[in-house]
Amino acid sequence: MERVAQMTGPAEGDDVRRQPEAQLATMTMAVPGGEPEKPARAKMTKRTKLLILNAISVVGGIGIWWTLALTGFQFPTPPEVIETGVKLWKSGLLQEDLAASLTRVLIGFLAGSALAIPVGFVMGWYTVARGLFEPWIQFFRTIPPLALLPLVLVLLGIGEVPKVFVIFLAAFLVCVISTYQGVVSVDRTLINAARVLGAKDGTIFVRVVVPASTPFILVGMRTGLGSSWATLVAAELLAAQAGLGYRMQQAQLYYDLATIFVGIVCIGILGLVMDRLLLLAESKLTGWQERI
Amino acid sequence: MTHATTTTKISVQDVRKTFQLKNKEFVALDGVSLDIADNEFVTVVGPSGCGKSTLMNILGGLETVSAGRAMVDGKEVSGPGPDRGVIFQQYALFPWLTVRKNVEFGLKVAGVPKAERAKRAEYFIEMVGLEQFADALPKMLSGGMKQRCAIARAYAVNPSILLMDEPFGALDALTRVKLQEQLLETWNREKRTVMFITHDVDEAVFLANRVVVMAARPGRIHEVIDVDLPYPRTEEVRLSPEFGELRNRVWHAVYHQ
Repeated sequence: MERVAQMTGPAEGDDVRRQPEAQLATMTMAVPGGEPEKPARAKMTKRTKLLILNAISVVGGIGIWWTLALTGFQFPTPPEVIETGVKLWKSGLLQEDLAASLTRVLIGFLAGSALAIPVGFVMGWYTVARGLFEPWIQFFRTIPPLALLPLVLVLLGIGEVPKVFVIFLAAFLVCVISTYQGVVSVDRTLINAARVLGAKDGTIFVRVVVPASTPFILVGMRTGLGSSWATLVAAELLAAQAGLGYRMQQAQLYYDLATIFVGIVCIGILGLVMDRLLLLAESKLTGWQERI
Repeated sequence: MTHATTTTKISVQDVRKTFQLKNKEFVALDGVSLDIADNEFVTVVGPSGCGKSTLMNILGGLETVSAGRAMVDGKEVSGPGPDRGVIFQQYALFPWLTVRKNVEFGLKVAGVPKAERAKRAEYFIEMVGLEQFADALPKMLSGGMKQRCAIARAYAVNPSILLMDEPFGALDALTRVKLQEQLLETWNREKRTVMFITHDVDEAVFLANRVVVMAARPGRIHEVIDVDLPYPRTEEVRLSPEFGELRNRVWHAVYHQ
């Protein structure tokens, strides 16, 4: 942070590019009373304003839901949903469902991404691999993984494997494309810069191609995660003995709207938490990017 | 670092370079011959499409000749090497590495031990005046600072030749003048053979021992103009009538080919 302060010294006058984002905040701390303070303060109020608006929106939305439920719409009220949630938790069913769903999604998603990253790299780096893999990936990409479920169920039985497999496929197909995109769009100048500094292919791959494509991979993983969730719930609706999707399916049979709501809320919250975790990883790993 | 004798460092002999463009052959360079002496500062100017960047890429080992020979230290160029540092117009800093790590990159690739690496990086970071930003990421630097970092990075692997492809082309006029002076200062302290490409006539005359003017279609050398102005080149030199005269000569060579 001291460094940032020194940047504004008169000797280096031409040299500071004022960054709109995080740095402004640090600059304010380091240069009290300096010119950059104003935009920083404006930024702060803007953020608070956004947070307040978010809160209003959430409270308002729940209010509308409640009103609708009270005015004869066939919704359970928020307290009813919470009550059902607590009841499901106490009976141990909710934990069981959460564990079942989370395990499936995590195994499928992690395995899918873990395979997608090397395959994407190989495709981007070697023309031969691209030529061999691309038609299959492009073909399967156009098929929703869920559409393969009937086939997978016939081939792999009705255990955990087919469900995890379709989730795996969902995550893999999204992530492989974006990893590949990341590799082929690495700036040629950076590769040339590494070459003229004496780097050979292996070094260039590890030290230039991998870091340069990290932003693409993380975007692919986030999209893949969303796709995994969607596939999971649908797969559970079709064929499962436990899991959030299964619970909702059962509740539907008994016209138990409160349980369905619990399922929806759980899926939403879990998806959001996982997405935020990836976003956090993204900001840690790709904070070097110039965002304009 | 200093050599008293003037030996030939770079020798380009009758080089031809063609590119295949939609079943049409494009001649980027034709019959280009040029010798550059050890520790000489040569600038290359010419209209766009005259093949000046191609010539530099050939010497950098990033492209191959179609005919003729490109020699460095009496050996034909085959691929890039740390003996030739290249500085690109787009800076080409690794955005995920700090200034220090960028400067250390070539040393790390060469397997220089950590302590030695740190020492050499420190020296060259100081040389370009970036010591206060050693741990900053490139995104925090202005264009001028980025290019200074790139110069430090090129120097760090101790090349005997610096190939600079319009390094100051993307900078504003004031920063450019400042960096030109700093570059000469650096070059004066750490003598290297420099081939500097530019489209700015003033810049070409101000920096060079010799200005090579190229012409386009096909890319070839149009005229070579000696700049016998004394170093260090100060503001006085820049504003002197002798400078103006040379500038006019180069200007005519570039714009009235």
